Amino acid sequence: MLNYVLSRLLTFIPTFLGVTLISFSFIRALPGDPIVVMAGERGLSDERYAELSKQYGFDQPIYVQFWDYFTGVLQGDLGTSFVTKRPVFDEFFALFPATLELSICAMIFAVVLGLPAGVIAAVNRGKFFDRALMSTALVGYSMPIFWWALLLIIVFSGNLGWTPVSGRISLMYYFPDATGFMLIDSLMSGQQGAFSSALLHLLLPAIVLGTIPLAVIARQTRSAMLEVLGEDYIRTARAKGMSPARINGIHALRNAMIPVITVIGLSVGTLLAGAILTETIFSWPGIGKWMVDSIFRRDYPVVQGGLLLIAVMVMVVNLTVDMLYGIINPKIRKR
Amino acid sequence: MSFKHTLAGSVLLAAMGMSASAQSLVYCSEGSPEGFDPALYTSGTTFDASSHPIYDHLAEFKVGTTEVEPGLAESWEISEDGKTVTFKLREGVQFHSNDLFTPTRDMNADDVIFSFDRQGNPDNPYNSYSGGTWEYYGGMSMPELIESIEKVDDYTVRFNLTRPEAPFIANMAMDFASILSKEYADAMLEAGTPEMLNQKPIGTGPFKFQDYQKDAVIRYVRNDDYYGDKARVQNLIFAITPDASVRYQKVQAGECHVMAYPNPADIQAMKDAEDIVVMEQEGLNVGYLAYNTKVEPFDDPKVRKALNHAIDKQAIIDVVFQGSGQIAKNPIPPTMWSYNEAIEDDNYDPEKAKQMLEEAGVSDLSMKIWAMPVQRPYNPNARRMAELIQADMAEIGVDVEIVSYEWGEYLERSKAEDRDGAVLLGWTGDNGDPDNFLAVLLSCDAVGGSNRAMWCNEEFDELVNKAKTLSSQEERAELYKQAQEVFKDQAPWATIAHSVVYMTMRPEVDNYVVHPLGGHIFNQVGLK
Repeated sequence: MLNYVLSRLLTFIPTFLGVTLISFSFIRALPGDPIVVMAGERGLSDERYAELSKQYGFDQPIYVQFWDYFTGVLQGDLGTSFVTKRPVFDEFFALFPATLELSICAMIFAVVLGLPAGVIAAVNRGKFFDRALMSTALVGYSMPIFWWALLLIIVFSGNLGWTPVSGRISLMYYFPDATGFMLIDSLMSGQQGAFSSALLHLLLPAIVLGTIPLAVIARQTRSAMLEVLGEDYIRTARAKGMSPARINGIHALRNAMIPVITVIGLSVGTLLAGAILTETIFSWPGIGKWMVDSIFRRDYPVVQGGLLLIAVMVMVVNLTVDMLYGIINPKIRKR
Repeated sequence: MSFKHTLAGSVLLAAMGMSASAQSLVYCSEGSPEGFDPALYTSGTTFDASSHPIYDHLAEFKVGTTEVEPGLAESWEISEDGKTVTFKLREGVQFHSNDLFTPTRDMNADDVIFSFDRQGNPDNPYNSYSGGTWEYYGGMSMPELIESIEKVDDYTVRFNLTRPEAPFIANMAMDFASILSKEYADAMLEAGTPEMLNQKPIGTGPFKFQDYQKDAVIRYVRNDDYYGDKARVQNLIFAITPDASVRYQKVQAGECHVMAYPNPADIQAMKDAEDIVVMEQEGLNVGYLAYNTKVEPFDDPKVRKALNHAIDKQAIIDVVFQGSGQIAKNPIPPTMWSYNEAIEDDNYDPEKAKQMLEEAGVSDLSMKIWAMPVQRPYNPNARRMAELIQADMAEIGVDVEIVSYEWGEYLERSKAEDRDGAVLLGWTGDNGDPDNFLAVLLSCDAVGGSNRAMWCNEEFDELVNKAKTLSSQEERAELYKQAQEVFKDQAPWATIAHSVVYMTMRPEVDNYVVHPLGGHIFNQVGLK
């Protein structure tokens, strides 16, 4: 197992180098000079422009700029935002817990509903349940996020008044950030009602963000289950007179899990992309919105640093998924 | 559920020693501030969160007007030649305190000098803090204008200027001219954390900064030692809500009291709703189409005038602004003093336009129109606007090609004196002074810069330059009115529209006033 982990870790290095280079070039490949964008309609004088260029290091050749950036990254310095003038690292980790909390809850929502839905659909293949669940999944997959979010807000917050419209917790509660995870912080604050307020605020955004992964997981579980259910050993188990619950739940599902876990791992990328819209609509102070704002402002350090950190997160998740394969299927870790 | 919440919240606030929740005014703001030192930034969102609640200025704009009244300076004197301005400061004004700092003295001349010196003097240790670029200080020509600032005594400051400048007092009421504490700055410099000036602001304003959770919430508490009329609510909370539809939902659900920038499409429904109040005012801005007056045939005023007659502005107001705009006939907005009511607009008349083009000897004209890639209050959808103008022009036989560039490129390229095509752009006023529109956008000096029409007219320039040196507002207004006549006659732009600014709020909000300069100010606002 150790060798397996090490070999996976080694693949990290070239990926990391590649991501550093791509994140650096990506934002610079976009047209638009950050200094001119900053000055807006008001414009600025040539001297001022030269001064700022120098301050931001734009007067240096591009490879020098990259080298400065790269050596900074190795020392854990991602630079300072042009706009807020604060270190990118600090900004990222101030906002990341919010995105992580939302993503985890969205994923729990997607897995808890998606797995059983897929299994039920597979077992009832071609019957009413199967058709109903899979059509619903298709709708969920195709729905525009912003539309779905506004619909839920109008119905559940506007008309029914069950959930708050947006934000992470009611403004009545005020306590310092401890972990950055509102569910944990609200519990730790000991203030009555804070936790339930945080939970209610999380509900709609988690559903919105989890909808697409939910649909994908349900469909993937169904097709993986169908494949496994056709295998010889399942037929043997049935012939032995094993109960359908044991066959589906233990023999089939466990083997169907590999492709499903792959999909769950890949969904992390989808979650981060979906978070951009979800966070904007629900005023959720996470990294999605932060990145979008920075791209529009051509805030180079934030965009390149943020992309790098997100890529690293996705790589860590993929590594975890790889290791889960090894745990679920011992054959893989021995290869 | 929401009732339970409110109840729990009130109990909580009471327990924490604050007054009841009715004393907390919640404003759903549209974005996050970039920081809390207003001089470092240029966006209205940042000023709303910093300059207005936390800081004071030597002079202040009277709420709801562009008139200037005394602020931290209780009076000022301008010398005969207009080149020396002496401010007499108010005594007994206290700075806020926070967990890092408690002031040991009142606000005085040192603070005023520090607030400006850090922006203009490269040797000031704060000149380069937080990547300071001092955009507004530069943009308002302060480096060229201010020769020196002297401390006459603890409560008297003298500004020596290089030339007489009538709008100078109004400039002192602008956000970049916020007065910061030198004592706090020194303390933070010594502690090695100068950036705290920008992150944990200390001012003299009606609200004290309490806390900012990035992209989520900003909290302020009332400054009970405020020198002027104290704020009417105990707590001011900004709930940052970027999506306009969501902001409206929050106002309806009672999660916010006031919101800015509603969707134009929602405004009618808001006006119809019983428990929602909508306030409106013309914005201090103008959206225009600037011809390149240095390129044939647009160097001929007759041609420009003819094209102006071809544009159906009402259709633009209806379609692009969805009604939340008003036709512009002058280059300055109607809320500004010296606005020339008497001027007659170039009405929509395609036949006349055709005839005028013929008279000018122009046929088979084709031109480019530049459409901005971004939304602005003065132009919510430049692409659509360009398409409408394209259709109008087709009607008089003028062929229009629409071009667009990335925003930074757009701003840069549109300055080129040999630019091909007319540019859609606009301007939002800074200090309520007509000079800020007429000189900045249309003077000879601004050609190759913010004068996108490349228009240099001697008569106009003389009027505007002369107005700058006079101190009597009446005399100045007279000159600006004449300048507007020259402008209309020469037509370097097609003036398109002024936006209308809407504010949406709950009925319990008391005494909110829409500020013509665009800021959102809560000092005087209470809750019924």
